[in-house]
Amino acid sequence: MTDIKIKIIDREGVLHEIDAPTDMNMNLMEVVRSYELAPEGTIGICGGMAMCASCQCYVVSDTELPEMSDDEEAMLSEAFNVKDNSRLGCQLHITEEMDGLEVELAPEEL
Amino acid sequence: MIKTDILIIGAGPTGLFAVFEAGLLKLKCHLIDALPQAGGQCSEIYPKKPIYDIPGFPEVLAGDLVDNLMEQIKSFQPGFTLGERAETIKKLDDGTFVVTTNKGTEHHAPIVAIAGGLGSFEPRKPLLDNLSKFEDNGVAYMIKDPEVYRDKKVVIAGGGDSALDWSIFLSDVASQVTLVHRRNEFRGALDSVEKVQELKNSGKLNLITPAEIIALNGEEKLESVLIRKISDAKEEITLEVDNFIPLFGLSPKLGPIGDWGLEIEKNAIKVDTFDYQTNIQGIYAIGDVNTYPGKLKLILCGFHEATLMCQSAFQKIHPDKKYVMKYTTVGGVSGFDGTKKEAPKAVVKTIE
Repeated sequence: MTDIKIKIIDREGVLHEIDAPTDMNMNLMEVVRSYELAPEGTIGICGGMAMCASCQCYVVSDTELPEMSDDEEAMLSEAFNVKDNSRLGCQLHITEEMDGLEVELAPEEL
Repeated sequence: MIKTDILIIGAGPTGLFAVFEAGLLKLKCHLIDALPQAGGQCSEIYPKKPIYDIPGFPEVLAGDLVDNLMEQIKSFQPGFTLGERAETIKKLDDGTFVVTTNKGTEHHAPIVAIAGGLGSFEPRKPLLDNLSKFEDNGVAYMIKDPEVYRDKKVVIAGGGDSALDWSIFLSDVASQVTLVHRRNEFRGALDSVEKVQELKNSGKLNLITPAEIIALNGEEKLESVLIRKISDAKEEITLEVDNFIPLFGLSPKLGPIGDWGLEIEKNAIKVDTFDYQTNIQGIYAIGDVNTYPGKLKLILCGFHEATLMCQSAFQKIHPDKKYVMKYTTVGGVSGFDGTKKEAPKAVVKTIE
């Protein structure tokens, strides 16, 4: 299996069911960008270094996800609109175990 | 009024390299950047991170790349207006431009090259209801003059280097410094973390963690902040303060350039790939700030765009001059400071 199903609720509240490849070395932020679910320039601003929080999302499903790195935890501690289920999309590498994941994109920081 | 040939907005790698390419064509450059130092994102966001796709450099730290670029362009004596943001642009009758910064510095040039990256870096502001009411009335996002805080009660929020460093510095200036952070852990240089620990132990600094500031109070000026501890008890503390300095880092905004009448698509400036000119003749956009079919936001692409932009700028400035591109290996590099770098001449000698 190379594709998994992911549900993403965009910033307008629209639900998208998409196929995400597990063999392209992609993370969730990049998947969102590849489907243009958020305008370019509003997501993945730092390119995926956990140095901005523009790819913050809320994990809605109870999918088991890898632990947060120190970098991700530190960034989220300074981000806005953070909830208990917040993660940085750029730090979530797409794997087969994530099949069925559902996330909601956090609002854009203005 | 500062006068130059090419006015470059943005002193990141692309803007810096444009100085070199312009210099080879004997065109002078001046750069404006909102940050206090050159290098753009490379210096501000990830100076210690490696880059692996700069041609000829298997691995280079972003900060070192900037240092190298500064060295490479040194002899072309670029001017810098740093710590100021390009605010307005005016096209004069003769087709040249005047660009004015937020501090009123005026720049005059026949060519403007926007190398603005993701935009100018603006402080990230916490989401508090009456925040704007207290801006310049007790709330500041940058410390310009530490003396403002002499004998004042100051609360700083944030968990990075700037929050740590300013807490340390102000503990000697202010009558009381409180540092509030959402976690117990701080992300900063080890020295700074240890110094804050020391100041806390000796009672020179109040540390409230894990906690956040949730409300600001005051009539005209800021008088107190409400701090909520992030623990099970959710204890709330009202702290009397004169100043609140949230230091949550910077985030890029396209800003006033977005209102210059340039064609914008996907938060970037549309250009013609022939010479990276925008819809306004004489204004170019190079590097991450532009967009065109197939665009990649890579430093190496920015270098290419800067090079072609300079050729086009030369034609505009000198419409009657004939020119063919010359390799630096052949022509050398003649700086505006009188220095000349060139390939050593081959030795011609008979072997007997």
